[in-house]
Parts: sequence; C-alpha cells; structure tokens
Amino acid sequence: MRDTFVRTLIDIAKDDKNVHLITGDLGFGVLKPFWEQLPDQFTNAGIAEQNMTSFAAGLALQGKAVFTYSIGNFPTLRCLEQIRNDCAYHNANVKIVCVGGGFVYGSLGMSHHATEDLAIMRALPDVTVLAPGDLVEAECATRAIYQHQGTCYLRLGRGGEKRIHEKIDDFQIGKAIKIKNGEKVVIFSTGAIFDEVVDAIQSMEEHSINPALYTFPIVKPIDRAAIEECAEQYELIVTVEEHNIIGGFGSAVSEVLAELPGPRARILKIGLDDRYSSIVGSQKYLRDVYGMSAEKIVKRIQGIFCE
Amino acid sequence: MTSEQLAWKIRRHGIEMTHLSQGSHIGAVLSVADIIAVLYNDIANVDPADPKMPDRDRIILSKGHAGAAIYAALAEKGFFKVEELKTHYADGSRLSGHVSHKGIPGVEFSTGSLGHGLSVGAGMAYGAKKDNKQHKVFVICGDGECDEGAVWEAALVANHYKLNNLVAVIDHNKMQSLDFCENTITLSPFADKWRAFGWNVIDIDGHDHDALRDAFIKAKESIDKPTVIIANTTKGKGISFMENDILWHYRFPHEGEEYNSAVAELRAQMPEGITDMYGAEESFKEVAATKEVEEQKL
Ligand SMILES: Cc1ncc(C[n+]2csc(CCOP(=O)(O)OP(=O)(O)O)c2C)c(N)n1
Ligand SMILES: [Mg+2]
Repeated sequence: MRDTFVRTLIDIAKDDKNVHLITGDLGFGVLKPFWEQLPDQFTNAGIAEQNMTSFAAGLALQGKAVFTYSIGNFPTLRCLEQIRNDCAYHNANVKIVCVGGGFVYGSLGMSHHATEDLAIMRALPDVTVLAPGDLVEAECATRAIYQHQGTCYLRLGRGGEKRIHEKIDDFQIGKAIKIKNGEKVVIFSTGAIFDEVVDAIQSMEEHSINPALYTFPIVKPIDRAAIEECAEQYELIVTVEEHNIIGGFGSAVSEVLAELPGPRARILKIGLDDRYSSIVGSQKYLRDVYGMSAEKIVKRIQGIFCE
Repeated sequence: MTSEQLAWKIRRHGIEMTHLSQGSHIGAVLSVADIIAVLYNDIANVDPADPKMPDRDRIILSKGHAGAAIYAALAEKGFFKVEELKTHYADGSRLSGHVSHKGIPGVEFSTGSLGHGLSVGAGMAYGAKKDNKQHKVFVICGDGECDEGAVWEAALVANHYKLNNLVAVIDHNKMQSLDFCENTITLSPFADKWRAFGWNVIDIDGHDHDALRDAFIKAKESIDKPTVIIANTTKGKGISFMENDILWHYRFPHEGEEYNSAVAELRAQMPEGITDMYGAEESFKEVAATKEVEEQKL
C-alpha cells in the first residue's frame, strides 16, 4: 500500500508542481523514488511531528497542496492539536498520511500500534478520514484526497497487501463500495483488514453462510445511504476494523443505525476490545490474538447464528 | 563483571536478537551499548533482587528503539533470564522492539515515541526533590530525537527547577533515520544550545568507559544544574560495515556472510575473562531450537 501511495503521489506531483511532500524523518526505501525524482517538492522536517504539521498548515495556506508522512501514531496523535486548530479549523489543504494502521508494526510495541487513530481523527470536524482496504482502494484514495480541498487523513497498511478489487469505477468520498450481495448477514470492512474479511467470507461460504460484503474506504463522511439500505435488507451488520472497538468505524456505523426508526438489523462490531497490547508479534499473530483474523471473524458470526 | 565485558555482551546479544527476530535498529543498539553498560554496571543504584526498591536510581531509555540494549543489560545483570532475550519481537513476547516495562523487571519506563523521556525524567527528578529523595534520574536520548520540541521544553523546566538530580545522556552519533543530523535539521552548536538552556554540559567520547564513568560522577556532583553528557558515539560501533551507514538503522544481520562477519568482528574484540554466550555455530542452532519451545510456552 505504501508503495502504491508513493507511486500515485509521484504521478500527481509530476503534473502539479504545487504538491509538496513532508516527512517526519521516515520513509527509508519508501519515499526514495519521490525525493529522487522530485527533490524540489520534498522536505524532511526531522523528528518533530508537531512542528511538521503546523509547518504544513502554513505551507498550505501559502497555496501548496501538502502531504505529511509518518508511521503509526506519529502523524496523528503526536500532533493532534496542530491538526485540529492549524489544519482543520483553517481548512488548510493538508493531507495527513500514516503508514502502519493497526498492528502493522506489531513487534515494535504499543507505541507503534495505531489502534485509536480512526476514532480520534473522526472526532475532528472538517477532517475527511480514509482507510483503503487494498492496493486499488489505496490508489483511488490517494487521488481522491488530492482532489478534495481541505484536511484529510489517509490511513494506510504496510507493504505487501493484495490487489483485491479488479477495478473501482466510481470511487467517491462518502461512498461505500458494494462487493457482493448476500443473505441475512452483511459485512462492512474498513482498511487493510479487508484481506482477513475476504478469507472469512470464503470459509463461511463453505459452511453455507453467504454474507454480503461492502468496503468502506471512507470512514468519514460515512455512507449513510448504504448503511440504511443494509439495515433494512439484512438481519445482521458486522463491522470489521483493525482498531479499537470504541469510537472507530463500528461506532460510526452504530451511530447511523441507532437513529433509524422501526425494525432494523442488529450490529456486531469486530475490533480491538478497548485495550493496549503489551505483548508483541506479527500483524497476523496479533490480529488473531485480538479476534480479528479470518478464523475469529467466522467464529464470531457463527456464534450469533447458533445463539 | 566489568563494564567493558557488559558492553561486549550487549553488542553480542544485540546481534543475536536482531538476527533471530529480523529486527531493526542494530546500529542504534551498538551506538548506545557503552553508555548503558557503564550506567548499569558502575553507576546506577539498581538491584535485581529488588527491582522496585524506592530509592533506586531511575533510568529511562528515551530512544526506545534501542530497547534490545536495555533488555540485554538487565538480563545480564540478573533481572530476568538471559534465555528470554531470544523472544525479542516474537509472537507472544513481552520484549517489544521498543522498550516496554509491562511485566519486565528493571525497565523503568516504556518508550518508543521519541521526545517523551526527558520530560518524564524531569517529572521524576522534581518529585524526588520534593520528597528529599537522594536518588538520581538518568535519561538517554538520541541526537535526532533532539529535533523534538518537547526535549527543549523539558530542558527549560529542568533548568527552572534546578534539577541537579537529572542527568541526560545524548547518544550523539550524528545520524538519525534518513540521513546525518546536520543534513536533516541542524543541531550545532549543540553543546552551546544546552549551555544556553542553563545545563551543565560534559562533552566526551561516548565509547570511552573511563570518560563515561568520570562524566557520571561529575554529573552527580552538580549542585544546582541539570547535567547533559554529550556522548560522542558512532552509529553501528564495533562492526565495521555497520558503522556510519544508515542502512543499519533498518537492516538486520542476515544469515550467512553478514551475521558471520558481525560475530567474527565482535569475537576479535572480546574482552578477557568472558566467553561468547552463543558459543560455536552448533550451539547457536541449539539456541534456535529452544526458541521454538519458548515461544509456544508464552
Ligand atoms: C515521535 C517519533 N517520530 C518518529 C519515530 C521513528 N524513529 C525511530 S528511530 C528514529 C531516528 C532516531 O534518531 P536518533 O534519535 O538520532 O537515534 P539513533 O538511532 O541515531 O540512536 C526515528 C525517526 C519515533 N520513534 N518517534
Ligand atoms: Mg542519532
């Protein structure tokens, strides 16, 4: 995903000299093609995320389209008020890019587990929040935030994700993407956990459960219409995110559901159960420990049907 | 054990841990090994039999990405089993890449996001003074870390409250994540900046154990100022092909040529009176076999 992002951004920045990329001293081997090809549109702000973010706001207010880049919680939580006051409130054209959403840096420890960023960024007015689920979504999302005037947050996975969509015809901020129809259950997935969801669906189909599937590469503004439609059509909506269960994507869907009149689908939120992980390991391993692997997703859904 | 022996063991464990875990930051571990060895071996009042004793000296590794060095020092000092080092980074392990205190005796504070440690250390030093406690607080920072504004906020506060019980050590290896510090954000004149902030500055060779011991002793004698020891170091110190090469902020010693020459170079520098904990190649394999068992247990 990070390479797709950089490749797409290079494309954009070659055509638009107004685009500027700032890193918080990260991106070894990732951003290199950018700084080699477009050295005048690149700045290393050092290990100073608060300064980087306010600096980006200033640069944006001078007319640049600024992308800030770092990993994990550094481009978001580390400089939260700079995003809120300096970027969002001034409608500054700053695109905040994080590599390593969720447990990508699982072995590096809790400082590097980015598991509350969606909730926190989503709570800020005038911040558009995106979490692409595969390489195709990552490319579309990069182009979409470039097109979108104002402050955006782009949460990426790591390297080595798959291409799951063949193509996306109509990627729009505010719109979910329907992958397939199904019966009784619909799964809503956001971000790179999409690959686990796809595996989960495959194995459920073998057990004759046939869930519908949507991805939500845009967490804010959330696609109300899709949620409302599914709430009528299905008995159960399952949200899956590599993120705390509080405040994130599942909460965003719940907020819409709770306000619907009349009978509607119930919701099952799959995510990290409001905790920090002091044990470490690979992303795959931690997803499984905290109940977000394909196998655990299947178990949770089957559990509901066996109730 | 001498500090030289401990420093060698930290480096040796560092190579083994990053090799096994395919982990990053070996350059940063080799850079800080001597500082940590002298501090734990000869200076700090810490006790593996009583890791939480109230009057212990506090040690915070603010450049938490070199956590392997702290884990290795603590294990060698008897805070936990040396065997556990092999679980660094592994599935189910408590030994995270960035230093963590949860369930690990002897680790004072978890870090990993740069620029927090000195403020926390200042808070501890301030608290100790309020209660007339005699212990010291040592905080080890990176030089790139000093890009963070928070480091300088802590520097202001420590001067304001005359925290002479606070000692910052800067692992001044002149490099950070993508490049040399001077090509990233200029730090120089570095010592003058600290002096201007009201600190007692001691500028030394950060690989010279006598100089480190001296500096720590002088720091403890400071009457009304916090002390910063600017320890001039080399990133990747001790392994020729890792020295001053940014690649080794990320790369792990790969099986074969890289791992073998790293170990060979270290063995050539081994102080008298110790043997290589990982022995010959056969016993290394033994170690790898125990690793699987350990992991399943955890
Ligand atoms: C707040 C924050 N931003 C970025 C990082 C990523 N990072 C880890 S190590 C490092 C470079 C550190 O350089 P320095 O402080 O000089 O330490 P050295 O490795 O040279 O000892 C960076 C940028 C981080 N850990 N924390
Ligand atoms: Mg450095």
